[in-house]
Amino acid sequence: MQLEKKLRSRLENKKILLMTHIVLGYPSMATNRQVIEQMVAGGVDCIEMQIPFSEPMADGPVILKANQDSLAAGTKIADCLAFGAEMTAHYDIPFLFMTYYNIVFKYGEEKFFKDCRSAGIDGLIIPDLPPEMGGNFFKLATEYQVAPVLIFAPTSTDARMVELNKSAAGFIYCVARRGVTGKQSEFGEDFNAYLTRCRAATTLPLAVGFGIRNREDVAAITGKAEMAVIGSETIRLVDAHGPEAVGPFIAGLR
Amino acid sequence: MEQNGFFGQWGGAYIPEILHQTFAELTLALRRAQDDPKFWQEYLELMSTYSCRPTPLTFAENLTRHFGGAKIYIKREDLNHTGAHKANNVMGQGLLVKRMGKKRVIAETGAGQHGMATATMAAKFGLECTIYMGEVDVLRQRPNVFWMEKMGATVVPVQDGSKTLKDAINEAFRDWVTNVDSTHYVLGTACGPAPFPEMVSWFQSIIGTEARKQILARHGKLPARVYACVGGGSNAMGIFQGFLDNPEVQLVGVEAGGKGLDSGMHASRLCGKDASPGIAQGYKTMFLQNSDGQMRETHSVAAGLDYVGVSPILSDLAEKGRVRFESATDAEVMTALDLTMRMEGIIPALESTHGFVQAFKEAPGLSPDDAIIINQSGRGDKDIFTIAHAFDDPSWKAFIIARAKEYAK
Repeated sequence: MQLEKKLRSRLENKKILLMTHIVLGYPSMATNRQVIEQMVAGGVDCIEMQIPFSEPMADGPVILKANQDSLAAGTKIADCLAFGAEMTAHYDIPFLFMTYYNIVFKYGEEKFFKDCRSAGIDGLIIPDLPPEMGGNFFKLATEYQVAPVLIFAPTSTDARMVELNKSAAGFIYCVARRGVTGKQSEFGEDFNAYLTRCRAATTLPLAVGFGIRNREDVAAITGKAEMAVIGSETIRLVDAHGPEAVGPFIAGLR
Repeated sequence: MEQNGFFGQWGGAYIPEILHQTFAELTLALRRAQDDPKFWQEYLELMSTYSCRPTPLTFAENLTRHFGGAKIYIKREDLNHTGAHKANNVMGQGLLVKRMGKKRVIAETGAGQHGMATATMAAKFGLECTIYMGEVDVLRQRPNVFWMEKMGATVVPVQDGSKTLKDAINEAFRDWVTNVDSTHYVLGTACGPAPFPEMVSWFQSIIGTEARKQILARHGKLPARVYACVGGGSNAMGIFQGFLDNPEVQLVGVEAGGKGLDSGMHASRLCGKDASPGIAQGYKTMFLQNSDGQMRETHSVAAGLDYVGVSPILSDLAEKGRVRFESATDAEVMTALDLTMRMEGIIPALESTHGFVQAFKEAPGLSPDDAIIINQSGRGDKDIFTIAHAFDDPSWKAFIIARAKEYAK
């Protein structure tokens, strides 16, 4: 699919790629626009835009609150898709949607893929949809060429990783540790052994996320994975210092 | 049950990858327990010595006379240790936890009965215990919070979302993905990802097995109808399983009608028109949600029924027409509770009283040769603050004011 190609071509002159995350409608789509402008100016290679859901089971307190505030401000799924289309038209980097399966299910799976495709979205991350629950979803992903990004976890066995890889495309999102988003991770021996297992199970690029907050964290995974994912940290930054703090932060990560 | 934990089109296990392995291990432990007759023996032994099983089936003679129709029997889950059917599930999962060798348990709780039962089990089995409870529920079920803390559990008030049961479940899942190696999540109802609906229903089937034997012994034939309140659906699944294979026994699930089905302030998923199929909290069922798939606020006077989803097994039984679903409003519940206390000297929980409401509506239309069973899933004295408030009881208010003054000194 396009997503993997786009990432590989960006890897030709970078040692590690950066993917950032925003929650759509938090604190507003106007701020989302400014933040994305800053992110792109700072050199990010890929952006995941989270469509808010009322029950974000896999997210920690920072992103959870952002989801709730966005919904309280009236964010609708249609607004999110329109915003995605606007961003892909404006910037030459891949954009993904991250959300929970109910959003896709209620919207209508096929219609969702169709609308993602026409919005120019390159991939989807749905943390509560394992392949064994999403037969039709994964068929549609191939049909509409929107990459279903799957997650490896430290608790995934080798056999499970091989199984997941069969349904995955774009890249593999390797969760650095147990837990939810937004907390510190350690990148020691165990982590290296885990990434070696991930690498053995797939030929797709590896992205590492959960708890990556600064230049040291990014340096720690450079050479081991293809992409670092910055999630909750930019939300904290925007909350504390406004959108204009994001560009310099991103530029200083590598 | 079909492949992958589905019941018809409902159920499944929509879980983050981090939990995949733990669910595989849990499912394996459950299958081993189901295949081992010694496990169920140990369970029955525990429930008859540590709790009060079999719980009685009480003939409600005065209510029967009052309504002048079917003989009304009450299955007394309120007489279980900790005062509700919740103990059946919790002690069963406790035995599984011992077999799996985990040292810590967590649980969500709405009314506090499941949290109470889990804290009790943790104390007995020497496990560390954390209970997640929506802040709204902490306030309306304060006595249960007190006892959970006294038994050594940590009670965490959840301040996200609607601050009720669904938010407590989300928070428990967040704890679980963080502490997956040491911890078992004792889910309290027949909801959530597979194998929880099946597992919880299995432990709760002890209610139906007993009730069937008891009604045959007392009444000489099967009941015409069986009533149970439905929040998540575990007490209903428990008693219904004793009669599922007898189509002549009507099974009636009663949901929270709140301020009325047209008010938007209720928790009726399977009767009423506000719910639609969805996937959240790890499973597919009928959810109270908007057209974007965002969960709606629910309302019930009974914290234990105040929930957006319902057991996938009940969604399936509703779709197949095997279980009929009705609703009872908050106001109807208070009237039925008042009547039951006065006529029988029994205090059902606000949750359980929903079942009584529907039984009282239908009993007069049945023959005196018929029997009906109401599952009294729990006792009502935990609700003393809510009930006293709803009755606007003057002597209780005076007591609280005096006690508050004493503490304020």
